[in-house]
Amino acid sequence: MALTKEEMMEMYQRMLLIREFEDSVANVFSQGQIPGFVHLYVGEEAVAVGVCSNLSDQDYIASTHRGHGHGIARGASVDKMMAEIFGKIDGYCKGKGGSMHIADVELGFLGANGIVGAGLPLAAGAAFANKYLNNNGVAVCFFGDAASNRATFHEALNLSSIWKLPVVFVCENNMYGISMSQERHQNITDVADRATAYGIPGLTVDGNDLMAVYEASSEAVKRARAGEGPTLIECKTYRHRGHFEGDACVYRSEDELNQWKKKCPIKRFAARLLEMGLAGQDELDKINEQVKEQIKSALEFARQSPLPDITELTKDVYCD
Amino acid sequence: MLEMTYSQAINAALREEMRRDGTVYILGEDVGVFGGCFGVTVGLIDEFGAQRVMDTPISETAIMGSAVGAAAAGLRPVPEIMFVDFMAVCLDEFFNQAAKMRYMFGGKARVPVTLRTVCGAGVGAAAQHSQSLEAWFTHMPGVKVVMPSTPADAKGLLAASIRDDNPVIFIEHKVLYGLSGPVPEGEYTIPLGKADIKRPGGDVTVVATSMMLHKALAAAQTLAGEGIEAEVIDPRTLSPLDKDTILESVAKTGRLVVVHEAVKTGGFGGEIAAIVAEEGFDYLDAPIKRVGAPFTPVPFSPPLEAAYIPDENKIIAAVKELL
Repeated sequence: MALTKEEMMEMYQRMLLIREFEDSVANVFSQGQIPGFVHLYVGEEAVAVGVCSNLSDQDYIASTHRGHGHGIARGASVDKMMAEIFGKIDGYCKGKGGSMHIADVELGFLGANGIVGAGLPLAAGAAFANKYLNNNGVAVCFFGDAASNRATFHEALNLSSIWKLPVVFVCENNMYGISMSQERHQNITDVADRATAYGIPGLTVDGNDLMAVYEASSEAVKRARAGEGPTLIECKTYRHRGHFEGDACVYRSEDELNQWKKKCPIKRFAARLLEMGLAGQDELDKINEQVKEQIKSALEFARQSPLPDITELTKDVYCD
Repeated sequence: MLEMTYSQAINAALREEMRRDGTVYILGEDVGVFGGCFGVTVGLIDEFGAQRVMDTPISETAIMGSAVGAAAAGLRPVPEIMFVDFMAVCLDEFFNQAAKMRYMFGGKARVPVTLRTVCGAGVGAAAQHSQSLEAWFTHMPGVKVVMPSTPADAKGLLAASIRDDNPVIFIEHKVLYGLSGPVPEGEYTIPLGKADIKRPGGDVTVVATSMMLHKALAAAQTLAGEGIEAEVIDPRTLSPLDKDTILESVAKTGRLVVVHEAVKTGGFGGEIAAIVAEEGFDYLDAPIKRVGAPFTPVPFSPPLEAAYIPDENKIIAAVKELL
């Protein structure tokens, strides 16, 4: 089914919204306005948006420590996300989670996660729940190339494959696990090769090509909804920022970064929209302006929101 | 009252909860066709089918992790980890995911997982299949820790655990599975966080958990023959802990012995002793005594294993030192 112009423009807007959100977080972080540490998604926007554009209300996603993009792609409020990063009471988690733990179960967002590879079995479980409740829902797990070396990856893929769970495993291969390049941390080029070991389809796509990601995940989601089980999709991409803000990136070259910046997924998709005649430059500029306003207002919302009262400290440990 | 073994009582609670609530399902290694490594889940697959009594591969991480994901997505999983020792393989899923979700998500998640597992020495299973690790879990906010000692408690506490909206670790004792006892007819629950006075007495308070409750009762029987009346308390749940019942008892007796099978060092007995020292120091007429295993892995050879597990004599000796 071909995408409508509105859908494509919305996907463009979502990618821009992620980029603007992340650039703003980088900025306020560098000014010491937010606590903790942040891991930004700049450069990988096509993966989250391409995949999440296939999801419906009953679906779940599980995310990584680099989760802002996934949340925005899933439809989370940038106001509440920003407030969470600022540690404010109006944040998604009342300021108790922060950047690495933004979550909204009602939105089908099982959370960013501070533990590498932890989302894989959680997504398998959410997929199991959807299958058990027979609600036609699927679960998607985003994880990195380095997480594919963890036991959680093996156990979750194996269990999901024997139980034919409606889950899609999306590996964001950004070529590094913190400082360790993929060629140093695993002896394969394509993480998708690992699907063979579990008897499920595995494919590698250009993770900076929004349409390639969208189409591959669309197929995988259909397969999952049809009861045919999991798929492993590897999206080759790159993070423009370091592993975390403040990372000096001594492990990679300027040249490598510049090569990847040329392959920016947003610029690429904009060029495609222009080329297809779906939008004019003025229209794209307008979206850009709107997104900047939206993030400006999210920052304002976050700044205005109060810090949590100290009485919050011991609340929410247990359900009543 | 019915007469039932500890194992049958747990089976009955699982059966009744699964009948009552269609979102309750069991998963674990060999829990289905095989009926569980200790036979606890026997027959459940016949009534509920393989869709609700799910045999898993040997994959503790996936068992625990998928249960947490499913719980967050609306189900009420009852995973089984065959031996508590194997929790080492899936601690992230329990400690960093299940225990933290509600808090980290600002109170918006619900993780109603009841993890059943098995502790304890006494069957020659050696150091990787015999540990008592409850103290690990009591140190973790966000989870509840239950350790039943009798068939009746096991049934009522398991039903309450499954109905609870929080992650619960329900630690059974392998030596207790064959123990018979009276169990009330029909469905019932025992609130988590409520201790039980198993034997009243005025001379000394003995707090004992799981298998040690039975050793403490035997010791109390012997002591009674010598005119010493021990009040034996089973906390039943360690987190939340019913400290009021313990403090009230110590206020009455003035003496406290805490008994558990886990190694004494860093064991939960230290927590109970510290609570009484902090909040009930004025009640005490003697120092607090702890009885636990020596600081060693559980040995295999029968005389060594027998020497490892605290027994009646050690409890009696501890009581007498206080009098």
